Amino acid sequence: MIAKRNISVEVNGALRQAEVEPRLTLADFLRHTLDLTGTHVGCEHGVCGACTVLVDGRSARSCLTFAVQVDGRAVTTIEGLGPGAGGLGVLQEAFQRHHALQCGFCTPGMLTTLTELLNDNPDPTEDEVREVITGNLCRCTGYAGIVAAALDAARRLREGEA
Amino acid sequence: MKPAPFDYYAPTSLAEAAGLLARLDNAKLIAGGQSLGPMMNFRYVIADHLVDLGGIPEIAGIALAGETLRIGATTPQRELEFSDVVAQRCPLLKAALKHVGHRQTRNRGTFGGSVAHFDPASEQPMMCAAHDAVIEIASVRGTRRVPFAEFGVDFMTTALEPDEILAAIELPLWPQGHGWGFHEFARRHGDFAIVAAAALLALGPDGRIARASLTLAGVAVVPLRLREAEAALIGHAPEMAPIEAAADLAGAIAPLADIHASADYRRHLARILTGRALADAAARAAGRSVP
Repeated sequence: MIAKRNISVEVNGALRQAEVEPRLTLADFLRHTLDLTGTHVGCEHGVCGACTVLVDGRSARSCLTFAVQVDGRAVTTIEGLGPGAGGLGVLQEAFQRHHALQCGFCTPGMLTTLTELLNDNPDPTEDEVREVITGNLCRCTGYAGIVAAALDAARRLREGEA
Repeated sequence: MKPAPFDYYAPTSLAEAAGLLARLDNAKLIAGGQSLGPMMNFRYVIADHLVDLGGIPEIAGIALAGETLRIGATTPQRELEFSDVVAQRCPLLKAALKHVGHRQTRNRGTFGGSVAHFDPASEQPMMCAAHDAVIEIASVRGTRRVPFAEFGVDFMTTALEPDEILAAIELPLWPQGHGWGFHEFARRHGDFAIVAAAALLALGPDGRIARASLTLAGVAVVPLRLREAEAALIGHAPEMAPIEAAADLAGAIAPLADIHASADYRRHLARILTGRALADAAARAAGRSVP
């Protein structure tokens, strides 16, 4: 009999406590335990990037992270990226403007990955944007709209658009 | 696509981790989990116990000790990629790390985890081979230090015993002003290398090659040092003729063939990529910039 473990995780700014099996992935913890279904699960072996979330501000595959490993840490999901109450952030608005999504399956992972990039590097080159999203597969857009949205959002954020 | 059940342990010291590993049957160590995670999700690996090394400060972090770079086993690849001391003193490592997976996996994936996992196409065991690393291994029986040439045993197999923990990697640094080059071919950026080539060159006071290290990954069951090609470079000026001769020796190996590439294609890549890595290393050793 495997013992469950108690974990406390700050998820999108709110402290969440739960008793979890050690084998529960962070992705399944978010989706099934917390009902935060914005984090998408694609390949479940770390290749597609759809499940990317931020752990202490750093992008991570939530399918390759166990929930017990984020005990005491802060996790940000797609639900926590906007300004709240269903509004969109600067990067999300840029995705809409540049048609950077079609089916939307890769979008949560794209947005979390690019949020980290823009926090680290407010003025990335196109090559830097393309390099960082090599870890996120999109089968609809051909990436052009995503790259354009990231560069546009970077410019707007630098110019102080909140 | 869900891992089989396991018990989870989060030791806070190396001694505690070693004690757990000695006591528990069918236990696996986890650090970043970026290689073990997929294997557990696919149930290639079914462990009864998972011992997480992530909370042990003594085996994390980068330290410069004299002319040796000491890398704690659980140091994330990202930390090395953005480290000033790595950029200044071990630039080949920084260049190679850019080819390791993606930003999201480098944030969690660790240098020691990759070396212990020992994938023959991984850049990290390759960097250990290129730098003649020493691997520090801990267990309840104490600590031992193993030269990297003796650490790699066979395909995905190292000298680590089931109760041992890879604690740190020591990379002897090359002198300031040495030249380096790294070239890799993969189907997509961040995929495992079909072939990768790394070169290190140091020139003597006469401007001729005094020391050379040439390493290939993706061609054999362990990272392959090209000793014959290294020896052939010694005493030559860092010019195209000796570089091409060394690259021809790299193209004469007997590589693996698999679904990704034939042996012939790997030989071709080995020659071309070794030539490019050496040309970059020669230019840098001579003080020229490389685009």
